[in-house]
Amino acid sequence: MNFETVIGLEIHVELKTRSKIFCSCSNEFGAEPNTNVCPICSGFPGMLPVLNQQVVEYAIKAGLALNCEIADYCKFDRKNYFYPDLPKAYQISQFDLPICKKGYLDIEVDGVKKRIGITRAHLEEDAGKLVHQGTISSTPFSLVDLNRSGVPLLEIVSEPDLRSSKEARAYMEKLRSLLLFAGVSDCKMEEGSLRCDANVSVRPYGQKTLGTRTEIKNLNSFRAVEKAIDFEVQRHIEAIEDGEELIQETRTWEEDQQITRSMRSKEEAHDYRYFPDPDLPPLRISREWVNDLRLSMPEMPEQARERIMDQFGLSAYDAGLLTLSPDLLAFFDECTHYYHDGKIIANWMMGEMSKLLNQKNLDIGQCRIRPAHMAEMLNLIDQGRISGKMAKEVFQVMFDTGSSPEAIIKERGMEQISDEATLEKIILEVIANNPGAVEDYRNGKKKATGFLVGQVMQATRGQANPALVNQILARKLNS
Amino acid sequence: MTISIKEVEHVAVLARLQLKENEKEKYARHMGSVLQYVDKLNQLDTEGVEPLDHILPVFNVFREDQVKPASNREEILANAPLVEAGQYKVPKII
Amino acid sequence: MELYELTLRELQQVLHKGEASATDITKSVLGRIHEVEEKIKAFITLDEEGAINQAQQCDARGAYSGLDGIPYGLKDLICSQGMKTTCASRMLENFVPFYDATVAARLKAAGGILLGKLNLDEFAMGSSTEQSAFFPTRNPWDLTRVPGGSSGGSAAAVAARELPFALGTDTGGSTRQPASYCGVIGFKPTYGRVSRYGVVAYASSLDQVGVFSREVGDCAQVLNIIAGKDPLDSTCVELEKPDFTSFLKDDVKDLKIAYPREYFQKGIDSGVKDTVKQALLKYEELGAIVEEVSLPHSEYALPTYYLVAPAEASANLARFDGVRYGFRDFQAENVVGMFSSTRAEGFGDEVKMRIMLGTYALSSGYYDAYYLKALKVRRLIKEDFDNVFAKFDLIVAPTTPTTAFKLGEQVGDPLTLYMNDILTVPVNMAGLPGMSIPCGFLEGMPVGLQLIGRAFDEGTLLRAAYAFEQHSDYHQAKPDLGGELI
Repeated sequence: MNFETVIGLEIHVELKTRSKIFCSCSNEFGAEPNTNVCPICSGFPGMLPVLNQQVVEYAIKAGLALNCEIADYCKFDRKNYFYPDLPKAYQISQFDLPICKKGYLDIEVDGVKKRIGITRAHLEEDAGKLVHQGTISSTPFSLVDLNRSGVPLLEIVSEPDLRSSKEARAYMEKLRSLLLFAGVSDCKMEEGSLRCDANVSVRPYGQKTLGTRTEIKNLNSFRAVEKAIDFEVQRHIEAIEDGEELIQETRTWEEDQQITRSMRSKEEAHDYRYFPDPDLPPLRISREWVNDLRLSMPEMPEQARERIMDQFGLSAYDAGLLTLSPDLLAFFDECTHYYHDGKIIANWMMGEMSKLLNQKNLDIGQCRIRPAHMAEMLNLIDQGRISGKMAKEVFQVMFDTGSSPEAIIKERGMEQISDEATLEKIILEVIANNPGAVEDYRNGKKKATGFLVGQVMQATRGQANPALVNQILARKLNS
Repeated sequence: MTISIKEVEHVAVLARLQLKENEKEKYARHMGSVLQYVDKLNQLDTEGVEPLDHILPVFNVFREDQVKPASNREEILANAPLVEAGQYKVPKII
Repeated sequence: MELYELTLRELQQVLHKGEASATDITKSVLGRIHEVEEKIKAFITLDEEGAINQAQQCDARGAYSGLDGIPYGLKDLICSQGMKTTCASRMLENFVPFYDATVAARLKAAGGILLGKLNLDEFAMGSSTEQSAFFPTRNPWDLTRVPGGSSGGSAAAVAARELPFALGTDTGGSTRQPASYCGVIGFKPTYGRVSRYGVVAYASSLDQVGVFSREVGDCAQVLNIIAGKDPLDSTCVELEKPDFTSFLKDDVKDLKIAYPREYFQKGIDSGVKDTVKQALLKYEELGAIVEEVSLPHSEYALPTYYLVAPAEASANLARFDGVRYGFRDFQAENVVGMFSSTRAEGFGDEVKMRIMLGTYALSSGYYDAYYLKALKVRRLIKEDFDNVFAKFDLIVAPTTPTTAFKLGEQVGDPLTLYMNDILTVPVNMAGLPGMSIPCGFLEGMPVGLQLIGRAFDEGTLLRAAYAFEQHSDYHQAKPDLGGELI
């Protein structure tokens, strides 16, 4: 039997405000436990929430980036459940009236374009963090750190429009890129500022109703999203083929074992008892406000992609890669201020630079190479002052030190030797020292040239201008 | 309106209130009598009435996105029943 | 006259004239507390040393203004920095907040001297102060009777001359009802007028801080200090704050007063009705226009309240889980067990009962039938008031159906006890300002006159109350602390 996979993603994005959603504690990541907390985000008696305006503006911007309708009126609700990391034992969230709804984004997988619906995006506060000794089931006790409690989150829920793990990954990448461009989140999966839960089911092709759905949590990277969905889809298909019953449940992705595992949290059905939070007056979002925010939005990736394709003749693929993040695009754009050929810039960025970044597991924001320096290096190649091969060495040093290419080649004497007199002198020496090779050449073994060029390069530590060496050597051998 | 012991037990789980056997019956009785009383509301036709969830005609109450100093950790943990390594210590989850 | 017998206004005069110092006043008040507290049991925490220190610092500063040198107390669910705030619950028996409620901070900044924290029904859930986890407070007019509740400690302390003023809260009548039972002024401002920051929440959409005093003018002065926009409370609104003392005028001429017929029907003690009608006649005498009106949904206010308040409470009190503060059951093996046993042991019966009710009303399958229905009826109740206030300036009614009942008399059936709030709850449902002032006595027990105004029109209440006070002496009557201690 052939099966169709149906996937919907719920993505939690941390909004990059300075302070938390309902109090003035810092929103920064990685502080010592319980040092970014106050009585409000720690749920002390008598404490009240006051909404951070920037959170609302970021949510509206995210909604605009995701082609959503922005609500005229929305409110906050209390979602009630007990957990040690949830200080008030209710999470302030939005239930029936989310700030954004009915959006979409476009993805492209294997050359096929597809529009994925976004059901809604709503605001909520994050919970704190539970630290276990070992695993949650073996730990004798747990520790509660509330630094993250009250960090603003936007939960973005997709329609079940995704049909493969590749589409799911493409959706996430696109979503991330849109949110990065909109400037509303850092989208750092490793720091948890972009988190994904996947709802997965399979059904025989042609069947209208959805199969039994499972929800996978703990997906901390794009790779994990893809792998976990693949695993889960396979598990569903096997179960159906073996006539086993699938249960609707929440599962967690075990990164070490590359499997999903049932979370088997008490089968007690959740009953969140949502009701409007009396402590927070509702929001009325005027169209003027939305329009002002729309006008303040930066160029979005699709526009940028069109622009750099037009302006620099880049392929759709290359332009797509360069618009994956605003940092990449900004780097590219800045390079083009100092160097004319966008294609060459793109090649270096996606070739050498991307290779070095990947080796060090860095992103472009952490790259020490300045765009102006990259352009300078490309100009040096064009001027013949360094060879393409030397450029790679220079680039490596630029990457390691952040120095300018001019300084690097000066300091290290790496400049290409293009002075004919100097080269001629070295070439004559090589000819004198290698009579055998010269003899071979003159007897018709043209391959001997290669050996002699190699000797010249060795003698100049690779700095001789190879075109000039060939030219002079041919002249001398034939004279 | 009567409420069964089973319903009382379910609500007690949701509310995280451990009830003794004799309490369950008492709660069933008390809750039942209050629920019977509030059933009076069903005498009213509220078709088309907008629920009143906020009494004040106030919207968009915001604060600026400004960071203020956090609480002193010793102070915030001072009332905690059990603390370790600057964190609240709780028994095992499962 | 002893210093402790003086009202806030009189104490200010004494200080200004240099007839006594803040320390003299505090010592006198502490002396009174020593004398009568064993009978009244109003205080959960009494900070004598702190009070004397504050008074001495106040005297050292010299000139007296605002509340300088005036002793006061707070209902013990108003957070006070460095002083236990128990909510009269085992759950918070040893909880010491390191922050002040906004109202506490404002009174402190105005120079007031905080003597201690006053008894209440646990987490403000009750009408008699018998639900305190620690001890019941007694009515100074008859020690065998309750002071009302939930702010019974505040009302009793002010009535017994243990304090010139005190703060309470009012969610369904918790300021007005005990004020009525104890024969003092009890003022519940409009919802949104006074900050709730630092006031431990019972029902957030209804809670409001209330003021107890022995004179209307004192109440206006305290309102001047505690009212007004607070950036820490999103529901405490930005409005121009009037000088509340500017309304203290002996003038109700042409004031349009309505009395709702539903507030004088069965279940209301006939003596109470007659006393209140006398007060209405007094207003007519003073030139007001008095007419009967109808608030047709009045009888639905109490059932609405018993859905809305417990539902909100079930969420508000969920944070007491033994993790960050308060009581914890250390015997439990895992977290769920700890939550459940901590809450079972930390909370008293009435609190648990209301949490259960509220949880039920919000739970899946019942939300629409109970909670949503209640919110709809709440709108109808509010619209009743809107209709009356389109034509009238003020509503006058009894505060409570009876005078104070005996301790232990209404324990058992929750509904009987809930009926005490039947005349006060509608005001909270509509978010309006309400006030109780002494208007007479029945068999030696005070009767309260309830005044209800338009939203944010506290001024009219103060004016009408002041005028009544000028033409009566009920507020000057002193309880004799009689009756046998149970």
